[in-house]
Amino acid sequence: MSIDWLLIHSPALIIAIPLFAAFTMPLIKKLGNKTRNGVAFATVLLIEILVIMLAKDVFASGARSYVFGAEPGLTLPSGYIVPIRILFHVDGMSAFMAIISATIALVAVIYSLKFMEKETALDRYYLLLLLMMVGMFGMEFTADLFNMFVFLEVLSIASCGLVAYRIHLADAPEGALKFMVISSIGALMVLLATGFLYGQYDALNIAQLAKELQFNFIDKIALVLLLGAFAMKCGSFPMHQWVPDTYSVAPAPISILLVVSTQVSLYALFRVVFTLYGISSNVVVVGWYLIVLGLSTLFIGVTMAIPQKDIKRLISYLGVSQIGYMLIAVGVGFSLFANPVEFEIYGFRAIEGGIFQLINDSMYMGLLFLVSGALYYRIGTRNLDSMGGLARPMKVTSICFLIGSLAIAGIPPFNGFASKFMIYETVYRFNPIISIVAMLVSVLTLAAMFRAFSAAFMGPSLPEFKEVREVPKSMILGMVILASIVVFFGLFPSLIVDNLVEPAVRALISRPSYIISLLGG
Amino acid sequence: MIHNIPYLAVVALVAIGFWAMIFRKNLIKVIIGIAIIESGVNFFLVALGYRSGAYAPIYTHAPSGQMVLPVPQALTLTSIVIGVAVLALMLSLAVQIYKKQGTLDTRKGVLKK
Repeated sequence: MSIDWLLIHSPALIIAIPLFAAFTMPLIKKLGNKTRNGVAFATVLLIEILVIMLAKDVFASGARSYVFGAEPGLTLPSGYIVPIRILFHVDGMSAFMAIISATIALVAVIYSLKFMEKETALDRYYLLLLLMMVGMFGMEFTADLFNMFVFLEVLSIASCGLVAYRIHLADAPEGALKFMVISSIGALMVLLATGFLYGQYDALNIAQLAKELQFNFIDKIALVLLLGAFAMKCGSFPMHQWVPDTYSVAPAPISILLVVSTQVSLYALFRVVFTLYGISSNVVVVGWYLIVLGLSTLFIGVTMAIPQKDIKRLISYLGVSQIGYMLIAVGVGFSLFANPVEFEIYGFRAIEGGIFQLINDSMYMGLLFLVSGALYYRIGTRNLDSMGGLARPMKVTSICFLIGSLAIAGIPPFNGFASKFMIYETVYRFNPIISIVAMLVSVLTLAAMFRAFSAAFMGPSLPEFKEVREVPKSMILGMVILASIVVFFGLFPSLIVDNLVEPAVRALISRPSYIISLLGG
Repeated sequence: MIHNIPYLAVVALVAIGFWAMIFRKNLIKVIIGIAIIESGVNFFLVALGYRSGAYAPIYTHAPSGQMVLPVPQALTLTSIVIGVAVLALMLSLAVQIYKKQGTLDTRKGVLKK
């Protein structure tokens, strides 16, 4: 079992190991709680290492395909006219997304060790958490439209179980049901679109479909269904109401995984737009669709956040509005796709800003949710009005919250500034008004975060919080990992953009090389 | 025209499902709406897989002639299995909501702490 063997099989192993570990959880439970936690932690750590190895290889030497049930590289069955293999394809963008999911899952498990200690049925908690990872990696790696539907459903069902995990809370089943209704409608729309495309081209393989796509009337219907479904799942404007209801009732480590799962839907959206349809669709219309969706998401999200009294609902609404930045940036880039000169000048850079924003968003949103979880852990409420003066007993937590809120508002030197500045300067050249609205939203975000910070941490210490202490070490570790990533990305943005973001964006926009590497010249 | 009847049925099923989901206030009826959409989508996949004059791929000793590629049937089976799981999950959550709020009407729910 050499390193090469591991690398060749790692796309399958990254799915298979958590799947296996997930279903052994109820058995491992019999060996005691320590063993169960240890196995869950070891699994996510191993997956993180595998993902980083795979990503390093993909960034250095190009995309990797994995064929199930055949020699590596034999992506077309011999003697068949249509490619009906089960394929995984890991290019720069998939590897980039896999790094985000693996890192956040690692932090979520570290945080859960103490945070969830008092809950019951933790074997099932870790089971569903690992299944969520399976769903995310599956959606990132698959090169097949139907498998994308299957993994989307795996992700949705597992997340739904975890959202309703604290079923004793009064509003938990409601949030979970809302989430499940939206997810299943979205997934059914994806399946319907898959049917439309299969009926015409007899293929499910994304590369084969992209090669043959003609953008006729039926393809347009399929595009509308796919865009609608994934936009719904990533919590953009007209369908954003499920986000706060779901995030606020889920345990904090699950909220951060839910943030990543909305970003995985965003990845699926970008994959459909860039790889499946690409230049053969009407790029200006699709690009403007994304921009308008992004602008309304930005604005509605932040205006709904300001009056919230529940800290997790406030952060969730800000999370909704952050999705808008990525939609705008990528929409601007995509609408310039047919115009190589302008695309080279600022379109490419706009997409880079959007994708950089994606990794930054997952880190600072994760940090903020973990801090709100820490507050809930110690004082048992999410209501901002009943908090106050908590900066004295909970020093590390309050510093982490401050870092997270400055990053989300786009204040230098944190990572939010680095990516948002890239978005502002490129979008300004495209259309100044969009850029101005985006900056205004950033100011409103700062206002909302400042209100939350002063309500929870500033002011005189309240008598009922005399006994409050700092949270346990493993929870601190989870928060500090994310906080240091936020600061590091903010201090060295060009390092991250050159080494992580640029290969990802190059892979995302190069539709011909996706087709060639799967189907051959 | 006669070949299009299954597709018209698909459109009708999906439309009825969306109508039930959007305009009904009872949670069980919303869930039934989703189940109807799902049947419509499954029906669509099965209808796509039909080729007149070709054999279904269910024989060990196949008669000579064209045989249908069984991909749509495989997709439908997978989707039915997923659909059952989703339906069971949603109904169990509806039971929990009924226990907590005392009603399934989305307009009347009052949280019992």
